[in-house]
Amino acid sequence: MYSRSMEILVGAFMLLGIAALAFLAIQVSGLSLNPSNRDTYQISATFTNVAGLTTRAKVSIAGVTVGQVTAIHLDPMSVRAVVDMSIQKQVDYLTTDSIAAIKTAGVLGDQYVSISVGGAPEMLQNGDVITDTQSALVLEDLVGKIITTLGTNN
Amino acid sequence: MLDHVQRFGHQGLSVLTGFGRAGIVLWQSMWGAPDWRAGPGLLIRQLYFIGVYSLVIIVVSGVLIGMVLALQGYTVLVRFGAESALGQFVSLTLLRELGPVVAALLFVGRAGSAVTAEIGLMKATDQLAAMEMIGVDPLKRVVRPRLWAGIISMPILAQIFNMVAILGAVVVGVNWLGVDAGSFWANMQNTVEFREDVLNGSIKAFSFGVVVTWIAIFQGYDAIPTSEGISAATTRTVVHSSLAVLAMDFLLTAVMFGVD
Repeated sequence: MYSRSMEILVGAFMLLGIAALAFLAIQVSGLSLNPSNRDTYQISATFTNVAGLTTRAKVSIAGVTVGQVTAIHLDPMSVRAVVDMSIQKQVDYLTTDSIAAIKTAGVLGDQYVSISVGGAPEMLQNGDVITDTQSALVLEDLVGKIITTLGTNN
Repeated sequence: MLDHVQRFGHQGLSVLTGFGRAGIVLWQSMWGAPDWRAGPGLLIRQLYFIGVYSLVIIVVSGVLIGMVLALQGYTVLVRFGAESALGQFVSLTLLRELGPVVAALLFVGRAGSAVTAEIGLMKATDQLAAMEMIGVDPLKRVVRPRLWAGIISMPILAQIFNMVAILGAVVVGVNWLGVDAGSFWANMQNTVEFREDVLNGSIKAFSFGVVVTWIAIFQGYDAIPTSEGISAATTRTVVHSSLAVLAMDFLLTAVMFGVD
């Protein structure tokens, strides 16, 4: 009914499929098999305004990506936005007085969280909260402010 | 007036019985103990005819579609000086939509129609009836290997399609149009998420494979055993499968990538 060459070709077909999936995983989606990048710990930060920040946005220190935003929700008590972030485990030198700021890559680029490390002796642990934050720059507010200032000057 | 209502009701009932028969054929051919005497040979033979034979059209179309995407994407993106985003444009389009859908449509034309015609002709020449006479279940012997071969082949073909299309886009974008290779790949890797894009695309391809093969085997099994009946069944396979693929693609997209 079937020959050996048919078996070989079907096997090659299957292998080609697996190779394609591996190519898509590693080369296209940049899936890393390096476990050090997957070992993370969670911190969060509270902002008065997170306008435009989305989950999976980058978290960076001095422009180097060290983690990503995992969730954004509203704290009903303080009515501030709470941004949960997962940070790579090897980045264990975030001090308790670190400052988190929401910045924009380029004029119209994606928003990301930038953390500036301070000088306190204690380090942030899993579950800690950064309260010293700079909120997102909302372009509309800025334009509004400029217009009102110009209006009062006249 | 009453005639119209009657005809409408009749049509509705025949659609329902059609779905019922299709469901029974799918259920009976999909499950049950494998036929050990025949070994894996039946499945491998079908994988060969359904999967390996579809490889040429999948690879050629994939390369060409990737090249066209890169060319069109480049002419639009270069106007905004954003040609380095070509990688993410091409890969997201392919992984999320174009890869599974186009591969499924090609698969319908290449393999689905062939399966329908083959099973239909077996029915028309009483081969299926002869099998039943000697105590061999044609659903197990004829239909099941084709069904599983289709379900296995479709996701593989879709991933191969995606791979060669992205490589085609690299040839046009990077080698001919001069997009920087580093930013091409880096932008792609930054935006493409394995779970979100690659796995969801694979789920799409898998569901298309099930539906397309199901329609193909059912139309063949249910064909009126005449030459006109087989030709009508083959046409129905292509039309129904294509519509089913496009409709399911919309539903799956809405579920997977729709509102967060």
